[in-house]
Amino acid sequence: MSKDGSSSFLTTRLDDFVNWGRKHALWPLPFGTSCCGIEMMATFASEYDIGRFGAEAMRFSPRQSDLLIVAGIVNTKMAPVLRNIYDQMAEPKWVMSMGACASSGGIFNVYSVTQGIDTIIPVDIYVPGCPPSPEGVLHALLRLQEKIQQGDTNFHRREREAKIGGGAQ
Amino acid sequence: MDIRTPVPTIYGDFAKKHMELWRGQGERLKSTFPSAIEEIRWPGESATDVPIFYVSKSQLVEVLRFLKEADGFEYQFLSDLTATDEEVEPRFEVVYQLASFVSGSRIRVKTRVREGERVPTATSVWVGANWPEREVWDMFGVRFEGHPDMRRILMDERWEGHPLRKDYPLRGYQLFPDPMPINVDLLKD
Amino acid sequence: MEKTVKHREFGLPESPNYSITVDVPHESDPDDLWKDSRVYVNIGPTHPAMHGALRMCARLNGETIEKSYCEFGYTHRAKEKLGENRTYHNFIVYTDRLNYCSALINNVTYAMAIERLMGVEVPARAVWIRMICAEMARVIDHLICVGINAVDLGAFSFFLYGFHQREEAYTLIEKLCGARLTTSYTRIGGLMHDAPPGWEKEVKDWVVRTRKTVQEMDKLLTNNRIWSQRTQGVGVFTREQCMKYGFSGPNARGSGIDRDLRRDQPVMFYKNVEFDVPVGKNGDVFDRYLVRMAEIFQSLNIIAQCADRLQPGPIWSEDKRVRIPDKDVVFNTMEGMIHHFKFFMAGFDVPEGEAYTTFEAANGELGFYVVSKGGPRAHRMRIRGPSVYHYQALSEMCQGAKIADMVANLGSINIIAGELDR
Repeated sequence: MSKDGSSSFLTTRLDDFVNWGRKHALWPLPFGTSCCGIEMMATFASEYDIGRFGAEAMRFSPRQSDLLIVAGIVNTKMAPVLRNIYDQMAEPKWVMSMGACASSGGIFNVYSVTQGIDTIIPVDIYVPGCPPSPEGVLHALLRLQEKIQQGDTNFHRREREAKIGGGAQ
Repeated sequence: MDIRTPVPTIYGDFAKKHMELWRGQGERLKSTFPSAIEEIRWPGESATDVPIFYVSKSQLVEVLRFLKEADGFEYQFLSDLTATDEEVEPRFEVVYQLASFVSGSRIRVKTRVREGERVPTATSVWVGANWPEREVWDMFGVRFEGHPDMRRILMDERWEGHPLRKDYPLRGYQLFPDPMPINVDLLKD
Repeated sequence: MEKTVKHREFGLPESPNYSITVDVPHESDPDDLWKDSRVYVNIGPTHPAMHGALRMCARLNGETIEKSYCEFGYTHRAKEKLGENRTYHNFIVYTDRLNYCSALINNVTYAMAIERLMGVEVPARAVWIRMICAEMARVIDHLICVGINAVDLGAFSFFLYGFHQREEAYTLIEKLCGARLTTSYTRIGGLMHDAPPGWEKEVKDWVVRTRKTVQEMDKLLTNNRIWSQRTQGVGVFTREQCMKYGFSGPNARGSGIDRDLRRDQPVMFYKNVEFDVPVGKNGDVFDRYLVRMAEIFQSLNIIAQCADRLQPGPIWSEDKRVRIPDKDVVFNTMEGMIHHFKFFMAGFDVPEGEAYTTFEAANGELGFYVVSKGGPRAHRMRIRGPSVYHYQALSEMCQGAKIADMVANLGSINIIAGELDR
């Protein structure tokens, strides 16, 4: 890496290759709490097969998965649990906020609902809908794959921060 | 046109079918518990779908047990246990919806209670009343005397206030930094 | 001589309240696998086998659950408070999200509850379509329930067959009202939109295909030795226990309680259609599975009978209080515009009164206790979700069972977090 933090030719190609590998093998952690969980199950089922895009291996353990799909409402009672799960995930990790309730609280602006999970964890892609159609979830997955390829996600930014922070010394 | 107008496709003849049975049951109940029954509201006269028996707190459990077990009543199914917040004193009304499999009829039993007072628990009559009573405590702040486990159920245990009261704001958020740990005392014998 | 041991389990703070006393020397407790072998385990709230966000804390002796308590509230969305702050028409949207696997049943029950309070009569075509919707929703709810139960115990293809039929049902529902899951289809006094022409024929074709598929699914599991061993004798709940806890629906019928609100408290046109009510004997997971599969076939029969009897006609009552004027009336007449404006800005007033309206939902007795003080908003909107009473019994059902049996039990009693937490 050169002094100003930009990557050299060889490292960029390697980054591209690694991103290509990562985007086609995203292992989701389905954090399904309410109605969006049913549409997420429909996305994993045979009609809107998410396995076509490499994301079929649902792993319910945060240590074994890359993509946290928060599908459904996140309460004030559930919010610390979500934060724990997010913290336990190993890098690289991405977050998809599926549905209106996860993105912004949805139709529930009440005392027990966090108005969006981005108040607690950094989110990479939001899927609107109540619940989003499985086609919407697949579109979001493809868009997330594009973002990973371009290096435009929170994880990549964190990585670059860490590198610049270490390289600037 | 209100609840007293029967709609044929929505339990149209329900009140008519059971009215005689209810009148008989009302008489028997008033004669068995003369001091406990404060008021009875009947479907034709008041705006309700089933008779409402207003019972005083002191004999509530005996009345419920009588309704469950006595011949000719047999309201064995506790359909629902909840409360409402009337804003006038006495503030809360605890509502019991009972159903009978034998006769197919339903009744409603209500108890009026002031703020800070306790209501005797119905868990000795129906074990399934346990969680609904916890929910009434959680949402309204009405304590039940003799309940085995009076804790909050829907809200976090550290929550302050009772959300379904009329003076609690709809958007009264409270956030917590860490999840609730496992409560080991509940798992000891 | 005693020694106090402090345990750190799952992030508990170190405090004297969480210490456990150990006997030294150890007096042999025949149930103890080894010295001090009890483990406190937290199952959930995010766990693959828990349906939605449910939490169960258990004290284990090896694999056996000795004592447990259940917690919920992780999807509490304050619908009862919202019921007091939103007009009756606005609240239809929130009712879909109660039992989200069968959203149309919730819509139908809520509409019936408010129509009962107002004394509004619904036209016949709307009632037949509501019945078809309710039974379709029941079929898809049962398909999800047995499908997820099977997935938890390892049978994945069963779930996929059921989901394919659900997708076809979703397509039909989308043709009817535009949305797959959260339909908001009924309105107070009728329905949002009429069924498109040819819809009844497609429903009848779907019924034929689903019947064949469910018969295939039945062949997969019912006489399967692994399924029988995992589910027969597991989670037995007797009639008396069911009555104590207030069970209803397929869980109660699996234990032998012969109660079905469609037959015992008939509503809509259920008196005019023929169907049987399957009742189980043993009250174990296998019986509940069989009751649900049998109910799918009965519901398919009801749908076919209703689709045959659909006649053209109006789908919304002409009562001025509840009928939202059509767009051509709104844009072309002054009265229509004012009526539309007042309807949506202020809401319609429901006369004073209270009623507890129940319907046989897929899980059991779904009830709406609505108290109105005469305004456009309810004074109290109480939703009686059947899952609360069923989840309460899980601790007793799993007493002394293994963890794997707990998973089977939970899947069979069909807890939907939406109606549990509301």
